[in-house]
Amino acid sequence: MRRYLEGSHAVAEIVRLCKTQVISAYPITPQTHIVEALAQMVADGELNAEFINVESEHSAASVVQGASATGVRTYTATTSQGLLYMIEVLYSIAGLRLPVVLTCANRAVSSPINIWNDHQDSVTVRDAGWLQFYAENNQEACDLHLMAYRLAEDHNIMLPVMVCMDGYILTHAYEVVDLPEQSQVDKFLPDFKPVHCLNPDEPISMGVLMGPESYTETRYAIHQTMMDALNIIPGIADDFERVFGRKVNCLIEKYRLEDATQVFVAMGSMVGTIKEMVDGLREDGQKVGLLKVIAHRPFPKKIVYEALKNAREIAVLEKAISLGQEGPLLSDVKSAFCGYGNQPKISGFVLGLGGRDITKKSILEVHSALAGSQVDVKFIDLKI
Amino acid sequence: MKEIRIHARAGQGAITTALLLGTAAFIAGKYALAFPHFGAERMGAPMNAFVRLSEQVIRLRSQVYEPDYLIVLDPSLMRGFDVFEGFRPGGVAIINHHEKVQCPKPIQNIKVFTVPGNDIATEVLGRPIGNTTILGAFAAATNEFGLESLQQAILERFSGEVAKKNAEAARRGYEYIKKGF
Amino acid sequence: MIIPVTSKPRTSKANKTGTWRSGKKPHFIQKECIACRLCVMVCPEGCISGDKKRTYISDYKYCKGCGNCVAVCPVADIEMIKEEWWRETIS
Repeated sequence: MRRYLEGSHAVAEIVRLCKTQVISAYPITPQTHIVEALAQMVADGELNAEFINVESEHSAASVVQGASATGVRTYTATTSQGLLYMIEVLYSIAGLRLPVVLTCANRAVSSPINIWNDHQDSVTVRDAGWLQFYAENNQEACDLHLMAYRLAEDHNIMLPVMVCMDGYILTHAYEVVDLPEQSQVDKFLPDFKPVHCLNPDEPISMGVLMGPESYTETRYAIHQTMMDALNIIPGIADDFERVFGRKVNCLIEKYRLEDATQVFVAMGSMVGTIKEMVDGLREDGQKVGLLKVIAHRPFPKKIVYEALKNAREIAVLEKAISLGQEGPLLSDVKSAFCGYGNQPKISGFVLGLGGRDITKKSILEVHSALAGSQVDVKFIDLKI
Repeated sequence: MKEIRIHARAGQGAITTALLLGTAAFIAGKYALAFPHFGAERMGAPMNAFVRLSEQVIRLRSQVYEPDYLIVLDPSLMRGFDVFEGFRPGGVAIINHHEKVQCPKPIQNIKVFTVPGNDIATEVLGRPIGNTTILGAFAAATNEFGLESLQQAILERFSGEVAKKNAEAARRGYEYIKKGF
Repeated sequence: MIIPVTSKPRTSKANKTGTWRSGKKPHFIQKECIACRLCVMVCPEGCISGDKKRTYISDYKYCKGCGNCVAVCPVADIEMIKEEWWRETIS
């Protein structure tokens, strides 16, 4: 049903429809509206879940880790400092192969203090073993949460999933969203059946000590699973389309790429603005296109290469930078071309940090710079 | 696509104004995107809310720099600050203002309506919160949606007496424009 | 290259929080005042000053119009009044 509501509320609705059983979160701007909405639903009896208030994000993650280990469907949400505070638990959750779903309401990291949007928080944990998806708009944010539970709990995956949506820009934006019916969600998302769980009748220990003789294989297994996920995701996306009647892009989305010689590559809400500019530049006769990356982990390297291989100039725009090197997405895109001859020019652009607005002019600045020589890191809209 | 910029202070209901505007447009069959932009995290700090209205899905996510419509909920914000920056020719501005104040002269071919929103609201709601009155005026001045869509949006967002009174305040704002200009 | 993420102290005097008022301000009637100094103590800006009875007043450059002084005055010698600014022409 089409509704007009705030992104945070739409995500809360989805979490409710997914019949999540344990929610634990600590409030942090700009995630607060999501967890407040969920707390209200639990209080009003609309969602039959345990909402556990804790004193920090580290505890929130620990609670969902423990709860998930007992075999129930869990949820938490955080951002920025909160994500960094719970970071050791994030690695633990993935290592334990627990299907936790987390919403990251992307926000810049301190210091200096900044509460506005960028991607520095979620890219920092890209190595943790979580699947990571970036939403362009609130419809996608909702659909990715539905996919998140289905993928996380798939017995061939059993890894936690992080859905990233831009803080304020998506969380606090009111837009038209098509929300599904309970019957549709029930059809798409069966009850959670854990592979192993804490059960007094059949006791096990989870998260045991594994020395040099056995640790490596656990990491190998997670990595293999991530690679398998790239093949599993499209099939589940087809199932999504059958049940909900609309397509969900989970890995990439191609926009006007067919004959494009210049391509923008980006993640998250800035993609919407870039699509507008691609149309504008096309009207001026420029052969430009856009590749939207939705899955950052696992990184769909082969598909990205196939989508970009005919381009001559590629601009990777991102709201993050691995300080001392280059943007993480740029490194990933460059790696897709490793081993192939005739490499196009691939330049990296950093913009939108700390919530600096990405305008039509910002995209035009990228487009002009792309014509120049290859550059690894160019800051756009820099005030120096 | 039409772009709207709302100027207000935090705590004056700019976000509610934006979301009611968007909801009214949605009820009238359009796509709408409404979002806030805060300055300092305190009551009274100048802030903006932005709305985009379109017949198609809205993809542009930047702030609004060239508004077609302007709503100023607190006229004290106009002291020493040009709220009209970037305003497109042919635009419409609605300013929530006391009746006795001289309104700025129209610039180029921009239409400026000053509406005593807080005074009307005090009569109808008992409190000087003029947002819904101003939205009624907006509907009348721009025809982006009808009064019925706006009132339905108000009845959806609020409940009971508060909803009915705000719907009446919207009608009063609507009539103020239709009769006076 | 270092961009400092610091700020120096003593900025509160430069921050004229009087501009934060929207619509109301406290009027010190200075008739019943007993110089109890409760208003001085509760003012969050610390901008009320006075010495003997009936000499207390806000510094309106900083007064945010919160009304704490009105609420706490034991002899009701302070009242909130509408602010006159809207009589100005906005040009």
